[in-house]
Amino acid sequence: MKKKTSIVLTGVGGQGVITAANLLGKAAVKAKVGVFVSEIHGMAQRGGAVVCTVRMGDVSSPLPNSGTADVLLSMEPVEALRNICYVNKKTKIITDKNPIIPFTVAVGGEQYPKVEEIFKELSSHAELHPVDASQIAKDAGAIITKNTVMLGALAASGVLPFKPEVLLETILEDVPEKYKEINKKAFEAGMKAIKK
Amino acid sequence: MVLMMSEITQENPGKQILLLGNEAITRGALEAGVDVATTYPGTPSSEIADTFSAIAKEAIRQNKDPGFYFQYSVNEKVALEVAAAASFCGLRALTCMKHVGLNVASDTFMTYMYVGCRGGHIIVSGDDPYCHSSQNEQDNRYFALFGGAPMLEPTTPQEAKEMTRIGFEISEKLSLPLLLRTTTRLNHARGPITLNALQPPRKKGFFKKDPLLVTVPATARARHPVLLKQLDEAEKISEKSPFNEIITIGKPKDFGVVTSGVSYTYVKEMAEELDLNVRILKLGMTHPIPRTICEKFMKSCSTLVMVEELEPFLENQFKQLAYDIGADVKIYGKSTGHFSRLYEYTPDIVADAFSKIFNVKNPFPGPTQSALKAPRRPPSLCPGCPHRATFYAVKKASPKDTVYPTDIGCYTLGKELPLEIADVLLCMGSNAGMACGFSIATDQKIISFMGDSTFFHSGIPPIINAVHHNHDVVITILDNRTTAMTGHQPHPGTPYDGMGRPAKLIKVEDVVKGCGIEHIEIVDPNKIKETTAAFKRALEFKGPSVVVSKSPCILLEVQRKRKAKEEIQLYQINQEICKRCKTCIGKFGCPALYFAEDGSVHIDPAQCNGCGNCVQVCPFGAISAERKQ
Repeated sequence: MKKKTSIVLTGVGGQGVITAANLLGKAAVKAKVGVFVSEIHGMAQRGGAVVCTVRMGDVSSPLPNSGTADVLLSMEPVEALRNICYVNKKTKIITDKNPIIPFTVAVGGEQYPKVEEIFKELSSHAELHPVDASQIAKDAGAIITKNTVMLGALAASGVLPFKPEVLLETILEDVPEKYKEINKKAFEAGMKAIKK
Repeated sequence: MVLMMSEITQENPGKQILLLGNEAITRGALEAGVDVATTYPGTPSSEIADTFSAIAKEAIRQNKDPGFYFQYSVNEKVALEVAAAASFCGLRALTCMKHVGLNVASDTFMTYMYVGCRGGHIIVSGDDPYCHSSQNEQDNRYFALFGGAPMLEPTTPQEAKEMTRIGFEISEKLSLPLLLRTTTRLNHARGPITLNALQPPRKKGFFKKDPLLVTVPATARARHPVLLKQLDEAEKISEKSPFNEIITIGKPKDFGVVTSGVSYTYVKEMAEELDLNVRILKLGMTHPIPRTICEKFMKSCSTLVMVEELEPFLENQFKQLAYDIGADVKIYGKSTGHFSRLYEYTPDIVADAFSKIFNVKNPFPGPTQSALKAPRRPPSLCPGCPHRATFYAVKKASPKDTVYPTDIGCYTLGKELPLEIADVLLCMGSNAGMACGFSIATDQKIISFMGDSTFFHSGIPPIINAVHHNHDVVITILDNRTTAMTGHQPHPGTPYDGMGRPAKLIKVEDVVKGCGIEHIEIVDPNKIKETTAAFKRALEFKGPSVVVSKSPCILLEVQRKRKAKEEIQLYQINQEICKRCKTCIGKFGCPALYFAEDGSVHIDPAQCNGCGNCVQVCPFGAISAERKQ
């Protein structure tokens, strides 16, 4: 059986989903693990929904099949819900707790479900790990390290085919000197956020 | 994350780095010593050119020679012509564009094949199955067939780099420009790339005069048979190309799959997952197809499955081949209903078709369904976008049933609630041409919209048309000083070029005046009352009028303020004055404004870009600048 890891990353345009996917890809190259990342840009830039897929190991396709994600990492609760097609009972859904209400709710009369309801629905399909990334990032020293918190949580989930240190090292190479320390803190706090 | 340009320009042959498909194409061109690169930006191709631009800017900043010349041309046709001239001088050239860009460049493209190139020339087409960010999903492989261009189709970023590098050699050998046909899923995929050595560019060429470059009818008649001969040569290259290969899965007898592009990645993985015993003919050079290889493959198969996104480009050629050689083979694909001509493929689609064709179990669970509905999250005009203010003013100024032809750019998003100010859109520049037509066909008022980059691209001829025929239309140019939608590329209205060097800025209003427009309004859309009045005057004017609505893209403005350490003024709503009339949300529609659970209206400070236009919109004066703390 070939070893494959499929991660689906999602969120809102501007939240850094593509950056996070890119960092995972770089970490895989560093760890000498096969990797194929897929992203959709374009109109997603203007506050639209964004999805990236990262596949690692012995993979040919940049996209996973439905119901086969090992992790669904979401920077926003309803975006996890939108991409529920990728999960199965064993999938770990790691999602930020803080909603970003789309304008279709205010203007188009659409409903944003209560976060508790979203979490209830997500838990009925997969293993849910809500993370208050904004608060953890603030505690670590800067709100902008939110995605580092989420990547820390992902690293702690145990699905990555390389050690968490490889991902941390990749992140630190990417940030300016003065932000290295708080990113390290944020990553470590994110790792703790998912452990029970 | 911004890719460090030093990473993409490093030597280190053999080293592995992670690149976006588009960045890989740029790297491939650098490895081939490209001299001239041109483009008009368009998703999903933009990052190819943006990478050239970033490399050139960084080099020039450091007083170094980038080694190549790069330009964001005024449109795709001009981009192709600029690069073709470089090729005629013996230089290596690359031109990239989105699929519909090749429609714009097609006049040049078709006859370019007759005269052929001198230095290698790669034309990259970024096709967009599923229309992720396009107005259609046309399959540009037919352009290769139509014009007679050799064509390569990569499956991975690594192959995209290699096909670009080797594509220059093929192009030069055949003296034909080569079409590198990509799709969004490749352009925007990241994968490991193994670096090859960088080849030094030639830099300057020499134009050797040749009467056969002048395509008068007699020359054209002489060139057409030459093109057909060149294509025969191209087929010989295709027969030997390492990009056409056969991959064996399991212990195959006589089942075969033919595929190309990103579809191959799904085919390979699904064939393995479904434990199929098949041989896969993966075609990388898809024009001309290697007929001998294909014939041999076909003869060895009782069943052939054709897997290609969009049109049955290969499928029809294989059917023709089966007829020609009298092959006894069952061909499955689009014509048998197993695959669609629509949208992108996925591993699920391929697994499902394979399980039906080969009568095996599909091991995948299929999509998990949610009982809870997620609200839609389409892209929208940014908070503080000046287009919103223009649109709001237009709606106030225009009578019922006014027709609003729109164009390609961020302002297309005006289609969404609550503005709903986009009635018809075909392609770049179509707004003003259609405005002319509407003015003949109906007595409704016509106000059309295009951005500044679109104006320079293809918006000028229809304005001249409106002047000459005295069409009673209002043509709006949303002048935000950038090509915003595709990532803020410069255009002739910016004071710098794609290499970051100072460039002559061309004012929209000067051009419009030169076209003969007699009624020109120049407005700052952030002054909503004045803008409304200007549109009213333009509507009253009998004949063609132009409104130039000038205000920089808010994203650039915020960036500028942050850099200059200028404060971004935020706004707040006085809950005691607010009557919850919903004008700010329900009519203006700024996404920074929202209803709290109790129905009160608030401004999200994290989203507000500080344009202050909501202050002008509020009928009760409930919105004001936030007191600084």
